[in-house]
Amino acid sequence: MPHWLQLMLDSLAPLLWACLVFTVPLTLLSFAFGLTLGFLTALARLYGPRPLVALARFYVWIIRGTPLLVQLFVIFYGLPSVGILLDAFPAALIGFTLNVGAYSSEIVRAVIASIPKGQWEASYSIGMNWAQALRRTVLPQAARTAVPPLSNTFISLVKDTSLAAAVTVPELFQAAQRIVATSYEPLIIYIEAALIYLALSSVLSALQDRLEHRLARASGLAPEAAR
Amino acid sequence: MIRLADIVKSFGDLTVLKGVSLAVREGSVTALIGPSGSGKSTLLRCVNLLEIPEAGQLVIGGETVRFTGRPPERETLRRVRRQTGMVFQNFQLFPHRTALGNVMESLIVVLKWPEAKARARALELLDKVGLADKAQAWPAQLSGGQQQRVAIARALASSPRVLLCDEPTSALDPELSLEVVEVLAQLAREGTTMLIATHDLRLAARVAQDAVLLEAGEVVEGGPAAELFTRPRQERTARFIATLGHGVVSDQGAEPG
Ligand SMILES: Nc1ncnc2c1ncn2[C@@H]1O[C@H](COP(=O)(O)OP(=O)(O)O)[C@@H](O)[C@H]1O
Ligand SMILES: [Mg+2]
Repeated sequence: MPHWLQLMLDSLAPLLWACLVFTVPLTLLSFAFGLTLGFLTALARLYGPRPLVALARFYVWIIRGTPLLVQLFVIFYGLPSVGILLDAFPAALIGFTLNVGAYSSEIVRAVIASIPKGQWEASYSIGMNWAQALRRTVLPQAARTAVPPLSNTFISLVKDTSLAAAVTVPELFQAAQRIVATSYEPLIIYIEAALIYLALSSVLSALQDRLEHRLARASGLAPEAAR
Repeated sequence: MIRLADIVKSFGDLTVLKGVSLAVREGSVTALIGPSGSGKSTLLRCVNLLEIPEAGQLVIGGETVRFTGRPPERETLRRVRRQTGMVFQNFQLFPHRTALGNVMESLIVVLKWPEAKARARALELLDKVGLADKAQAWPAQLSGGQQQRVAIARALASSPRVLLCDEPTSALDPELSLEVVEVLAQLAREGTTMLIATHDLRLAARVAQDAVLLEAGEVVEGGPAAELFTRPRQERTARFIATLGHGVVSDQGAEPG
């Protein structure tokens, strides 16, 4: 067996373990929380009272305007000096959640706003109130349009979790760094880590495709037409 | 009886309705005609409170709404909308629901009927508009005429006191508009109260007992449809009817928003 292959096989178990225990949970949790936050932020910006609109805009402005790595450093290394001490994983989770929240709020806001006014009016005309029109008419249609851009956010997030290594979360990328520290084989090990990220995002892309097809079928549209 | 009295509605500086009064007898059909931009859509939308007039009065069933410039109570909105159904120029079916789902929507969500009862009622209505076999079709799979018939069934689902139709045929080719005219004529024979904004003389003549000409936000002339179309009292009415006869007027695409 060639040396590089042996090395890859030997390091596969610890890398996959780090992926399973840290990368995947960090991704899933911050996406779920972030999407919820993004949805509420979008509603606040679209329909909230003025102070809430201002707050939502401020939040999105800050998060989109600063590097994710710097945000993570502020939360993990910076906040302790004002007495807020967080473990690495929760700190990273907060950072990624805020990040997903800001980006997805822009997506959610755009897709909700893109639903024609006539759909609201049709809902009102059959007696629905605002909340019913939102829940039954607007959101289901908005969700379909939102799948491709939100999938992009999700796939970016998987890759971005590697930044958590910098705030001491022992996720996939940090596990790779540790192996490199003892094996002195950066090229092979980092390529292996890259391949695992690639596999993860490919699985997500495939899931996205299937979801889009299903949503398209559930409205009598060809998948092409639904894009 | 649906009665509008001295309805005033403006958008910014533009006064679109300048004190419009109009009554629709129970069980009768009134055609609302007039040039593009004369305020027909706005007037219809004032009846189901998609637009809130600044002044005037709306009487529908036992409900009297006096407009004072303040938004009406939510309860008022709810009661008025329960008594009105609306058919839009461009159908506005819910694209993510089947024909059946579109018609069931108000029964389930608003009236909270049980599923089976709502389904039975919706199928009955689809049958009435000749689309029983399309119950499971998605709006995207239906022709424009079929979509508009589903929209009519949807508007009728919760048994409104009046059906408001905003140019129900003007987005359709002549052949397709015919099937919609047939359905509306059938409803008229059954005694459905309707207020129909239209440029389609064929529709107006077949379906309406009464007609009202609106121009620049004012009622020019109103009365029995047959008289208004054949022996208008006003010069302006005669001129407008003449333009319709040549089929030169079409509101298609002129809708705001
Ligand atoms: N939401 C709106 N905002 C501003 N202007 C409007 C709005 N709706 C209608 N209008 C204006 O009101 C006038 C009457 O419009 P409308 O009621 O649609 O006329 P019609 O249906 O007879 O063509 C037009 O000048 C139109 O541009
Ligand atoms: Mg109009």
